[in-house]
Amino acid sequence: MSALAEPNRLQIVELLRRKPLAVGEIVERLGLHQPQVSKHLRVLSEAGLVEVRPVGQLRIYRIRAQALKELDTWLDPYRRTWDERFDQLDDVLRDLKEKDKGKRNGRRK
Amino acid sequence: MAAASEYKTKVTLPSDREILITREFDAPRDVVFKAMIDPALISRWWGPRGHTTRVDKMEVRPGGAWRYISGTSAADETAFRGEYREIKTPERIVQTFEWEPMAGHISVDTATLTERDGRTLLTVRSLFASKEDRDGMVQSGMEKGLAETHDRFAELLAELRAETRSGAR
Repeated sequence: MSALAEPNRLQIVELLRRKPLAVGEIVERLGLHQPQVSKHLRVLSEAGLVEVRPVGQLRIYRIRAQALKELDTWLDPYRRTWDERFDQLDDVLRDLKEKDKGKRNGRRK
Repeated sequence: MAAASEYKTKVTLPSDREILITREFDAPRDVVFKAMIDPALISRWWGPRGHTTRVDKMEVRPGGAWRYISGTSAADETAFRGEYREIKTPERIVQTFEWEPMAGHISVDTATLTERDGRTLLTVRSLFASKEDRDGMVQSGMEKGLAETHDRFAELLAELRAETRSGAR
C-alpha cells in the first residue's frame, strides 16, 4: 500500500480504476513527463497494483483486480463498523425529524 | 435494531496516513450536526451495536475534552477520548481521537457536513501520525472480530474440559 503514498501514483491508480490506459494517455492526462510516469508505473506494477498488456504497439496498463479485492477485504471490517454506527445514526435522525414535525404541527394549531 | 439503510458507507485511503469515510443521510445538516454534538443522542448511535455507550465528558468547544465509555458489560468496557479542535456549526467538527487501551495513537478527525436537497453528505477524514498507526486502526476492526472468535473458542474448550472431567468421574 505504500506504493500509493506518492500523490502522482495515487492519481495514476485513480485514472486506471476508470479504464485501462496506455502510457502516453497517462502522460497526457496528468501533464507529467514520460520517464516520470514510466517510473511510477514500474513501482505500481512491482507492488502488484497494476499490470501491463501489450496491444499492438501500445503497452496498456490496468488495475490488477486482485489488488483491489485485497484492499476491499482489508477495509471491509472497518467499513462495517462505520456502517453500523451510521445505521444507528439514521434512526436517531428519523426520530429528530419526527419530533420536529410534531412541534411545527403543534404550533400551527 | 437499525434498519439497513439505502445509503452505504464508503471508505477510501486517500494517502498513507489518512482514511476517508463518506455517507449520505436523509436529513438536513443542522439535524445531523445536532446528533453529533448532543450527549444524549451520541450515546444512542456512536457505540457498536449491542454495546451501551455512556458519555463521560463532552465539552463541545475548541480545547474541550470528550470521553465515551462503551461495552456490552462492565467487564469489557473501554474508553475513547479526545479533544475538540474546531466547531463550526453546522459545517465542521475537528477533534482528536484516541482509544485508551492504545493510548498515544492519536488521529485528528475532521467531519464535514454538506447539504443538498435536504440531504446531508458527511465526510470524516482521519489523519494519523504514521502509516503504521493508520493501518493499525483499519486492522482493529478485524482484531475485534478475531478476539470474539477466540473468546467463543475458549468458552467451548472450557465446556469440553468440564464435560470430560464429569465423564471420567
